[in-house]
Amino acid sequence: MLGLHGYSFAAVPRDSLLCLPNCDGTNKIGASFETPCGRMLIKSAEYMKMISSLKPNIWASLADEVPAWTSEKRNRTSVDRTVQWLDDCIALDPADGGAVFGAIVGGSSVGERSRCAQEVSRRNVSGYWIGGFGLGESMDERPALLNAVTDVLPEEKPRQICGIGLPEEVLQGVAAGIDLFDSTYIYHLTLGGFALTFQMDRSKEHVPSYQLSKIGSDNAKINLRATIYRKDTSPIVDGCSCYTCQNHTRAYINHLLNVHEMLAQILLEM
Amino acid sequence: MALCFEVLSRFNRARAAQLTLPHFVCQTPLFMPVGTQGTIKGLTTNQLEEIGCQIVLGNTYHLALRPTSELIDELGGLHKFMNWPRALLTDSGGFQMVSLLHLADITEEGVTFQSPVDGKPMLLTPEESIQIQNRIGADIIMALDDVVKTTITGPRIEEAMYRTLRWIDRCIAAHKRPSEQNLFGIVQGGLDPVLRDKCVRGLVHRNLPGYAIGGLAGGEDKDSFWRVVAQCTAALPEDKPRYVMGVGYPLDIVVCSALGADMYDCVYPTRTARFGTALIPEGVLKLKHTAMADDVRPIDPTCNCMVCKNYTRAYIHCLVTKDAMGSQLLSYHNLYYMMKLGRDLHTSIIQGCFPEFVCGFLQKMFPKGDVPEWVCNAMEVAGIDISSCCAPFSSS
Repeated sequence: MLGLHGYSFAAVPRDSLLCLPNCDGTNKIGASFETPCGRMLIKSAEYMKMISSLKPNIWASLADEVPAWTSEKRNRTSVDRTVQWLDDCIALDPADGGAVFGAIVGGSSVGERSRCAQEVSRRNVSGYWIGGFGLGESMDERPALLNAVTDVLPEEKPRQICGIGLPEEVLQGVAAGIDLFDSTYIYHLTLGGFALTFQMDRSKEHVPSYQLSKIGSDNAKINLRATIYRKDTSPIVDGCSCYTCQNHTRAYINHLLNVHEMLAQILLEM
Repeated sequence: MALCFEVLSRFNRARAAQLTLPHFVCQTPLFMPVGTQGTIKGLTTNQLEEIGCQIVLGNTYHLALRPTSELIDELGGLHKFMNWPRALLTDSGGFQMVSLLHLADITEEGVTFQSPVDGKPMLLTPEESIQIQNRIGADIIMALDDVVKTTITGPRIEEAMYRTLRWIDRCIAAHKRPSEQNLFGIVQGGLDPVLRDKCVRGLVHRNLPGYAIGGLAGGEDKDSFWRVVAQCTAALPEDKPRYVMGVGYPLDIVVCSALGADMYDCVYPTRTARFGTALIPEGVLKLKHTAMADDVRPIDPTCNCMVCKNYTRAYIHCLVTKDAMGSQLLSYHNLYYMMKLGRDLHTSIIQGCFPEFVCGFLQKMFPKGDVPEWVCNAMEVAGIDISSCCAPFSSS
């Protein structure tokens, strides 16, 4: 239906832009999300119905994601519920369902993360969907939490994570053994009129130097709305082989941004 | 003169021609999409080439405001700025002045208005308009004319017509790049055949590379509209391109082509796309309609464009009600439709089956045979027999 025949399609319960998990609304019946249509409570059965209609290649089981500051008790409950829902989802899985990724939560507790990962790895799943990140934990805490999960998981099954998207965060994930990431970073950058400019061979530094100038640029990105680009006829990044850099200049995109033309977002997102 | 216009084939008044411009060799009849601010809303130049766009129109008024014609000139001209390798046409800025700015005032000197940026009084003269267009660098540039709405009557129309003739001389004098850019004159005169005739003669006397028929597409009734087009195309020279400004609807383009016009521009296909409306042979399809929500056919099963080959009405319905992306797909399809219309007109004239094409077109749009009377009258003058697609009138 989307016309993306050559691509795989993963269905996950959380969309970091439009459909955010709401831990206060979640209860033993279902998971609660804030959506553009209001708050919705999704039960396992409803979720599986959606999955079987969408026919994705991969899908994640329903999870109770909690932010980093919840109480220990709430965190424990979220792990128990998530594992329970995984069992429910597997039981309701239609025979020709795509590959199921077991959801792993545990907030900011290393112990709970580990426990959840162990429980999920006992189930018959094709891979793992690690949730509950990007909800308040700091970058310093994260490696320990990630490792608590990945140390326990079998090597041969893929691990996907949700909720971390900055380049530095992706690197943290890769270091811990994560394979798949979804990210809203690009979308937010594009809306702001920023273009990524960091060179790939410098990305091995874990802590980039943030020299924020007045216009919000640093050595990782430039703000194309800034007037210094009005006459800049170079491509966004020299040598980049994307359509935008091969065909257009910074000056043109600056103009498009200034006159609020749709094409600006289209070219930048590329 | 920086163009070459060769009529390849005719059917009565309709002609299929080759228009050679500095940046591109075009086939007419053709439709020019409007890329107001240096871009067709939401489409890349690559996609425009895919669709078969030959000439894109840029608006002098908007571009002069942002990013300014001086900047465009400094960066090598509009072609280079937007990376469009084919042809460009800029209008004079006059129309926007009059239609967009409530406080615009037209005097012999030019159009005075309040700058929308800082409220300062400004003046657009014929000289200034041409200079701006020289800097932008389009293949075809338009003279500044005194545009009057066709719904106005009285001595204003005559005043505007004569002023347009006086201004064309100023435009010609101010034009610094005649070997690279073609200055088209614009025929005015409202709906008055006498005034129109005088204007045509005056412009033809100046021996310009091409001529436009202006002042239409502004709310006049269709019967008056086609008659003015017919009169002008009959009087304008055979061997030069004729451009009907602001047209428009596919039906209007077919009629004007039958009467002998070659070039058209309009915001309609792209604007209507942004409202969720697709152009199809039967007329229009409103994708926002709830009936579209579960319609799994493509917009037009007979269309070969990327959108119709890959997406269903249901999916586009989903998008247009939520996201700008939906309108981008519709813009693509609608422009593809218009480009194809131009190609079909050109080919059918060359292959000698123009009347059959017109009949087929009308039959799909008016399956009950209720072709509007103005179309029937125009086709009669054009010498195209469309009796096979018209239901018999109750009284003839």
